[in-house]
Amino acid sequence: MEFAFSDEQEMIRTSAEAFLADVSDSAAVRAAMASEQGYDPTLWQRLCGEMVWPAIHIPEQYGGLGLGFVELAILLEQMGRRLLCSPFFATACLATPALLLGGSDAQKARWLPQLAEGSLTATLAYASDNRQGLDAVQASARAEGEGFVLDGVLRHVVDGHSADLLIVAARGAQGISLFAVDATTPGVSRRLKPTLDQTRKLAEVQLEQVYVGADALLGEAGQGGPLLERVLQLACAALAAEQTGGAQQALDLTLAYIQERQQFGRPIASFQAIKHRAADMMLEVECARSAAYYAACAAQEMLDTQGDAFVAAELPLAAALAKARCSEAFFHCAAESIQLHGGVGFTWEYDPHLYFKRARASEAFLGAPSWHRERIATALMGESA
Amino acid sequence: MKISFSAADEAFRAEVAAWLADNLGGEFEQLRFRGGPGDEHSFPEERKAWERKLAKGRWTCVGWAPEHGGRGLSISQQVIFHEEYARAGGPGRMGHIGEGLAGPTIAAFGTAEQQRRFLPGIVAGTEFWCQGYSEPGAGSDLANVKTRAVLDEASGKWRISGQKVWTSLAHESEWCFVIARTTPGSVGHQGLSFLLVPMAQPGVTVRPIEQLTGTSEFNEVFFDEAETDATNILGAPGDGWKIAMALLGFERGVSTLGQQMLFQNELEEIIRIARANGAARDPLLRQRIAEAWGGLRILRYNSLRMLSGAQDGALRREAMIYKLNWASWHADLGKLAMDVLGPDAELLEDGPYQLGRLQSMFLFSRSDTIYGGTNEIQRNIIAERALGMPREPRVRA
Ligand SMILES: Cc1cc2nc3c(=O)[nH]c(=O)nc-3n(C[C@H](O)[C@H](O)[C@H](O)COP(=O)(O)OP(=O)(O)OC[C@H]3O[C@@H](n4cnc5c(N)ncnc54)[C@H](O)[C@@H]3O)c2cc1C
Repeated sequence: MEFAFSDEQEMIRTSAEAFLADVSDSAAVRAAMASEQGYDPTLWQRLCGEMVWPAIHIPEQYGGLGLGFVELAILLEQMGRRLLCSPFFATACLATPALLLGGSDAQKARWLPQLAEGSLTATLAYASDNRQGLDAVQASARAEGEGFVLDGVLRHVVDGHSADLLIVAARGAQGISLFAVDATTPGVSRRLKPTLDQTRKLAEVQLEQVYVGADALLGEAGQGGPLLERVLQLACAALAAEQTGGAQQALDLTLAYIQERQQFGRPIASFQAIKHRAADMMLEVECARSAAYYAACAAQEMLDTQGDAFVAAELPLAAALAKARCSEAFFHCAAESIQLHGGVGFTWEYDPHLYFKRARASEAFLGAPSWHRERIATALMGESA
Repeated sequence: MKISFSAADEAFRAEVAAWLADNLGGEFEQLRFRGGPGDEHSFPEERKAWERKLAKGRWTCVGWAPEHGGRGLSISQQVIFHEEYARAGGPGRMGHIGEGLAGPTIAAFGTAEQQRRFLPGIVAGTEFWCQGYSEPGAGSDLANVKTRAVLDEASGKWRISGQKVWTSLAHESEWCFVIARTTPGSVGHQGLSFLLVPMAQPGVTVRPIEQLTGTSEFNEVFFDEAETDATNILGAPGDGWKIAMALLGFERGVSTLGQQMLFQNELEEIIRIARANGAARDPLLRQRIAEAWGGLRILRYNSLRMLSGAQDGALRREAMIYKLNWASWHADLGKLAMDVLGPDAELLEDGPYQLGRLQSMFLFSRSDTIYGGTNEIQRNIIAERALGMPREPRVRA
């Protein structure tokens, strides 16, 4: 046990930090936000070609770097700090894990190398309504001939308008199944939805009599529920790392402002009321960070076929904890950031609102804190879910 | 970064568990799950005997370097030791001030001769320590200490006069580390020294103070021309403040892991009660129980991050939030325990004021946010030292 970054992990962190400070400053984020695609394709090419980030946790045999979830979390924390607008989260944290955990050798060989090199982007489309977790899976899958016919409306699909590959969850007679669906398949239509948080694009994906072959099915038909659960747990662990970065940056930009802003003849940072609020923000950030790293370590053991089974078994609760705490920490820090900036914090020009909106959207995404806590409570009480 | 334990670590876990299973019985059976925070007044003599038993098994000061009498355990193995100790219901450690505070400070700042004199008694569980920092006029503002010490060249002794207050376990201690003013007329951080003072002498009077729990774990300590040998000073005269602050760094050290395991036992008891009395069906209590569980996991990983860094008592960023974090968490747990108990929380075990374990924890947890630096002082420290914000203005009389 060693709960600190190795030298190599520290290098990944510092290089990501420096790169993102350069390419994802406020102006870059605002430009991406305003675009329909939601990201700068040239920058995405650099992330893939130069930094090789989407490949980080993909095994070497499929064209990846073969590193682990902790390394992934390190990148996400830095991306969260800079509100990076890119298809990275959807591709690397939603779709790739579904293929890693559910794909056959042939499916992995077909999709993972393209995801690793970034020639393909992907996402996960699973929710048809406002419920959380598996309850929200309401699209239908019907066996027909050698393949399946998919129908339904999938909502809140991250980067759903631009992804090349959709991992779709649908219910059939035997239960939930996951399918890898090329977004150009006939019957698939996608519509970008304007969102409160413009840094992460959401789309509605409509499936009308979409026929997919047997080779699209991930795992066994009707056995996709547990697979989707695990994919969502990994996604929560990933999002928690991103939220931690967001919370840290909301604190840092607030610190910079309050040290500089003078009132009553002194920097506002010298007022104890403000010092104590900043201290509480730091407390939240550090707790979020520990929760996110804990979940990342559990995710790491779960993804590693030779991982420690005992630690891997902690993933469901670790991910739920991390998602709940990091959501609340990020929202708290972003809201405090607006308050401690005063009037300028309420303007479009200053950045606090970007963090505030991303925090709000991320809090609801993948399950609200209270929902995750209820799942933890169920486990602690020894009840079955 | 990795949280799984190695095979060697697991073998060590088995060794600890086996030793505790063999030894924490018989005359010590009654001590299981006793003597923790809020219960420190219970079984003092029996718990001192238990310290000597632990020492025979080399299970005191397990994280200390071997040359100081410890086992030099890795952080992983210290985590395991504390986990198993709590799982077995190991009693609250009488020696925690010596092992967690006095010892590491003497190891860091003491001369070889001082280390030879004082460390073995801590390791052996034969000499117990208390902390003489706070005074009536020096609480949060510790630098306002008024206790005076003068070196009497003729007798080769420091002579100490003044009053300390809130001194935990002073009545059970052989030694007190005292912050005293050795430069007459000095103010603030200057002119303070860190003295090691024997308690059993005519110049020292210990008077218990009744706490809101109805018990007395802390005391007033009066020094009236009390004496200690000229050599019983850590560092040089005037180094007192520096050493006093370094000691507070050790307070956030490995000893916190043992404390977390006690918290774990408390949380498990709360969950057991909630399941038994139906509180587990209340959606808001369920949220709070889940929150408490998560908060404790986070304390664990916060401390592992903190410990995996500097081991020299220097405060890292993570370390600065630690006290505020656990104290606030524990105060919330105390309230949660009462809410889970419901109306039964009102009924005492026995008269006149015999508290149950959770009642006592509930009351005692209100002190967690006060001693060792209040939550407000912790926030000042975080803001100033971790975040670089301006220091509080000081008004000089
Ligand atoms: C159970 C218990 C055990 C203890 N054991 C020991 C021991 O063994 N040895 C020892 O030396 N001491 C011990 N103490 C004393 C403890 O360290 C002090 O109580 C603590 O430092 C606070 O000092 P005070 O009581 O004088 O309160 P004060 O300093 O008077 O504080 C009163 C209130 O004012 C606030 N306040 C003070 N200054 C500021 C500021 N600058 N900014 C904002 N708010 C401020 C405080 O946070 C607090 O809320 C113990 C205390 C308790 C409760």
